[in-house]
Amino acid sequence: MAKKVKSIVITGYGTNCEVEMAHACRLAGSEVVDIVHVSEILCGKVRLDDYHFLNLPGGFLDGDYLGSAKAATIRFLHARISGSKERLFDQLSRFIAEGKLILGVCNGFQLQVKLGLLPALGGELGNQTVTLTFNDSGRFEDRWVYLKVNEHSPCIFTRGLKGLYLPVRHGEGKFLPRDEKILEEIKNKNLIALQYSEQSFQNPTMTYPANPNGSVSAIAGICDENGRIFGLMPHPEAYLHRTNHPRWTRENLPEEGMGLAIFRNAISFIREELLS
Amino acid sequence: MVVRIEVGFKSHVIDAQGEKIARRIRDHLGLPVDSVRTVEVYTLEGDFTNEELEEIARGPLSDPIIQEYRIGQPLACQFDWLIEVGYRPGVTDNVGKTAKEAILLLLARDKDEQLNVYTSRQYVITGTLTKKEAESIASNLLANDLIEHYRIVSFKDWDCKQGLSPYVPRVMEHNEPHTEKIDLNVEDEELISISESRILALNIEEMRAIRTYLKDKHVIEARKKVGLDHRITDVELECIAQTWSEHCKHKIFNAQIRYEDDQKKVMTIDSLFETFIKKATQKVREAKGKDDICLSVFSDNAGVIKFTEDYNLVFKVETHNSPSALDPYGGALTGIVGVNRDPFGTGKGAKLIFNTDVFCFARPDYDQPLPPRILHPRRILEGVREGVEHGGNKSGIPTVNGCIVFDDRYLGKPLVYCGTGGIMPSTIKGEASHKKEIRPGDLIVMTGGRIGKDGIHGATFSSQELHEGSPVTAVQIGDPITQKKMIDFLLVARDRGLYRTLTDNGAGGLSSSVGETARLSGGCEMDLKRAPLKYQGLNPWEILVSESQERMTVAVPPEKISDFLELARKMDVEATVLGQYTDTGMFHVRYGDETVAFLHLDFLHEGLPQMKLSARWSPPRRDETPPPPYPAHMGNALKAMLGRLNICSKEWVVRQYDHEVQGGSVVKPLTGAENDGPSDAAVIRPLLDSFVGVVVANGICPRYGDIDTYHMAACAIDEAVRNAIAVGGSLDHLAGLDNFCWCDPVASEKNPDGEYKLAQLVRANMALYDITTAYGIPCISGKDSMKNDYAIGNIKISIPPTLLFSVIGRIDDVRKAVTMDAKRPGDLVYVLGVTKREMGGSEWYAMHGLIGHSVPHVEPEEAKRLYQALSLAIRRGLIASAHDCSDGGLGCALAEVAMAGGWGLEIDLRQVPQKGIDRDDELLFSESQSRFVVTVSPHHQKDFEDTIAGLPWGLVGEVVNRTCLTVIGLSGEIIMDEDIYALKAAWKAPLNF
Repeated sequence: MAKKVKSIVITGYGTNCEVEMAHACRLAGSEVVDIVHVSEILCGKVRLDDYHFLNLPGGFLDGDYLGSAKAATIRFLHARISGSKERLFDQLSRFIAEGKLILGVCNGFQLQVKLGLLPALGGELGNQTVTLTFNDSGRFEDRWVYLKVNEHSPCIFTRGLKGLYLPVRHGEGKFLPRDEKILEEIKNKNLIALQYSEQSFQNPTMTYPANPNGSVSAIAGICDENGRIFGLMPHPEAYLHRTNHPRWTRENLPEEGMGLAIFRNAISFIREELLS
Repeated sequence: MVVRIEVGFKSHVIDAQGEKIARRIRDHLGLPVDSVRTVEVYTLEGDFTNEELEEIARGPLSDPIIQEYRIGQPLACQFDWLIEVGYRPGVTDNVGKTAKEAILLLLARDKDEQLNVYTSRQYVITGTLTKKEAESIASNLLANDLIEHYRIVSFKDWDCKQGLSPYVPRVMEHNEPHTEKIDLNVEDEELISISESRILALNIEEMRAIRTYLKDKHVIEARKKVGLDHRITDVELECIAQTWSEHCKHKIFNAQIRYEDDQKKVMTIDSLFETFIKKATQKVREAKGKDDICLSVFSDNAGVIKFTEDYNLVFKVETHNSPSALDPYGGALTGIVGVNRDPFGTGKGAKLIFNTDVFCFARPDYDQPLPPRILHPRRILEGVREGVEHGGNKSGIPTVNGCIVFDDRYLGKPLVYCGTGGIMPSTIKGEASHKKEIRPGDLIVMTGGRIGKDGIHGATFSSQELHEGSPVTAVQIGDPITQKKMIDFLLVARDRGLYRTLTDNGAGGLSSSVGETARLSGGCEMDLKRAPLKYQGLNPWEILVSESQERMTVAVPPEKISDFLELARKMDVEATVLGQYTDTGMFHVRYGDETVAFLHLDFLHEGLPQMKLSARWSPPRRDETPPPPYPAHMGNALKAMLGRLNICSKEWVVRQYDHEVQGGSVVKPLTGAENDGPSDAAVIRPLLDSFVGVVVANGICPRYGDIDTYHMAACAIDEAVRNAIAVGGSLDHLAGLDNFCWCDPVASEKNPDGEYKLAQLVRANMALYDITTAYGIPCISGKDSMKNDYAIGNIKISIPPTLLFSVIGRIDDVRKAVTMDAKRPGDLVYVLGVTKREMGGSEWYAMHGLIGHSVPHVEPEEAKRLYQALSLAIRRGLIASAHDCSDGGLGCALAEVAMAGGWGLEIDLRQVPQKGIDRDDELLFSESQSRFVVTVSPHHQKDFEDTIAGLPWGLVGEVVNRTCLTVIGLSGEIIMDEDIYALKAAWKAPLNF
């Protein structure tokens, strides 16, 4: 294996899940994993072009003070790389055009939808068509949820999975589309990769707390039409080992946590499709 | 120009925040409202074109999918009442600050551009309310008059085109910064009036000591050389007041105390801290020899212990009581982000890995009239909860453990204990990370936030009771994101070796941070004019003692300064050189060219006269006969106990705290079959590629102090320790933190029982010595807060003396950790430890309106053997579940084990190891210490019983495949057969807002 899978985990300005996200990339077999502060990209020291897998971890970008990830959206859209005419968004667009993978979790997912990276219907980047807003409960909550995987989704990250059990930790996770038409298109194209479900992973649910935020169509995660950009509210990087599971002391669980499969799928896809 | 942009949800979108407010208006205030919608108001001050305003409104300020906006026009069009709430001038407006940054970036404008954004929120209310009721909603729920300004409009007075006029809370300071000189060569009365009028909180002996210092002719001579004279400057006076405050110098803990016990035996204690706390730690460390785990105790911002070969652990618990009484949200938020800076500012700096919080409040359903300036306890609870939520969650630090204590004596001052742990590599660039060193010539650099008037007199204010004139400036709001950015930056700088050491700017601000660290080099010289300000017009003394948040003081070697500043600039963090450390022995402060403070460091730190206090112990004699009647229905009695505020589920609070961020969560605060059982302690794995874990637990039991604070302290320590043992911790690697919150123990005319309260403090310290030395647990850091009283008019409310004991330790392999839920039918149920007739101070007695006198006693030698045996059994994998018995005794512990496990238990009380009990209720609800309920698989029965041979244990029953808790009483009859889901419903009911 001559070529190396290179993953970048972006941090700074309130991101806080970068360490476990990087750990997940490493466990999944990525040979290079760099945690990079946004400022290092903005000052031109690090370029997204040098990586295959971009991770946007959870946190509270700029405190979510203007709504989750809102202020950060402005930074990603308008900030320029010093010493060049390029904007951060230009690098991001090029990264996507090259068919590389992007995973956004929680605050990272909020950033993706507000930047218009997801669902990016028809491949149109930069046009926001859906949002993630305040939970119906009006509260931030940390609780574990069951997630049904859409087997027909083009999503690369959820390939071969039936269901997942992961924690959500958010106050603004309710998925809402701009209108019915957008929702229909997302459904028809099977872009809904994950839905909050009952324990059996069979049926999506609108019932609190199994659906922790009141998301339309129980949507917990969506992908773009190529399946290469994926965002989800639950935290796969929070379940990498069985001791992360809330009931590990009472259930027989495999050593490896369920969340790691998402990262394994990404790394093997890169190895097979982008490196060979 | 000034323009308002209003942003609200589109009509079809649920306004979850508005609905939450509507629920609170109905539930908390009992007022009938139909609906509440919220509107965010951004008031922009600057030059903008119409196109730019559109772009701003569309861009960062609103979300086009769900929100709509109006520029210069109101959104609200139909309502009964509209209430708009905005901050007063100078109060931290995090949303406004973020909006400003986003707008500058969006419009590609320069960072220094004159542009301000102020935010307010409108509550658009539909419902038939009187003006007075609308006023009540504004002042009792939506706005805190101390920090917020509100306007109320009824629909009939509403101008649909104009809306409300812009509210611009710009700080208008026309003050020309100046320094006053005060002649202290005056009579005593005048000295006292100087101290009082300036809120210095210095007593007459302390004022006299300053007067004497300034009469010294060598001092005057030295002062003349720098342009000063025999008069003290206000900068110096404020600096001394802050340095000598109870908060900073712990005068009561260091006082000379004459203690007389109930046998009239007298002893003189020269410093409680030295005699009991420090000496205990010293004794423990000596006894442990090469197994000593301590690295840095009592000398730095937090204690440091060994963790692994390559890493150390750092831990500190603070209180933020007084600010939380005035503004619960801001007070608690600053409490948590403030304590974060303690472990962060220890040695060369630690990465923060967990928070733990303990709160003490009056009942949330308190229904008596409230004395002036006191907020309703439910409002305090909700504000504190939310402040800690934002402080913890936004900082990305998991809140892993905590508890809430309810007692109406916390009405005058709530207690808000915030603790934070950190981890640091044991060496950084070859130097020990836990040591602090500064060399003369190192530069004094302030990083992070800017300085405003916020938090001025915080240190002196918290050293006083809450009174009519308590300063508003003592209240402040923190910004976890400014702090997070600074911490991200400083950790990078640390690992690159760009600074020597750092310390936080907390109580006392620069005066304290620079004044303390200057002792390491032997002096300092700095210029306050260089300090970046939030707004102009601050006097030098205000700059020196301001407690504005999110600031660290860093000692940077001159050869590293350009790299340090460059990294700061790149990472968007403000860093300013204020001066340098010296070895002149002087605390030298300038404002520009003018010297404004010139004090000998020795005088500043050692010149404080020792207090002399008197303590007299006379144990209260309380009647215990007749005991409460034997319950008519034991199941109902248990339900009533489970529904007590001090026992009931705290899930509502716990879920709103992120307890899993950083990915190392092992034993979560909620556990069991349905993820809702109450864990005894937390276990986390801070190094994701290792299975070595950290265990964290707390103990607190103020009720026992009504009988004897000796036993209250002993029990709090025991509770913390047994909680840690229950999840897999071990006495071999456990360290403690003591945190005393007391009512004023200094006798005076207005505090006639001061000698008794001081005796209570002495006794608690005696217990701390006895128990920690017996268990071999070193105290590594601590805190005291001595004036938790409220005195306005003739109303005085004092908290019960309260000791929080927190422990931190290592668990060698987290895969051996144990949780408290019953695991599977057929497992055997054991009770470890002896139950005695110790009903005094119990929840059972409290429920019957009694206190009693048979307070639980800790027998540390026997308990220690039990803890060692249980630790061993857990390490050997013999234990299915372990749960400590605390509030509510065996009865509540058994119920919790069953409820959390989702299985029933069949229990025979005749098998419980006990002494002198002949009543089932007393056996179930006595709060004897050092006890556990443990379940064990029958396969391990023999091994387990061998492990605990010779210790008090009883095989009391079995986990069963039905959902009832069935109890056979001492008579051999079934005294209880309750469905565990009914028990759980009772347990979950009280705190579920």
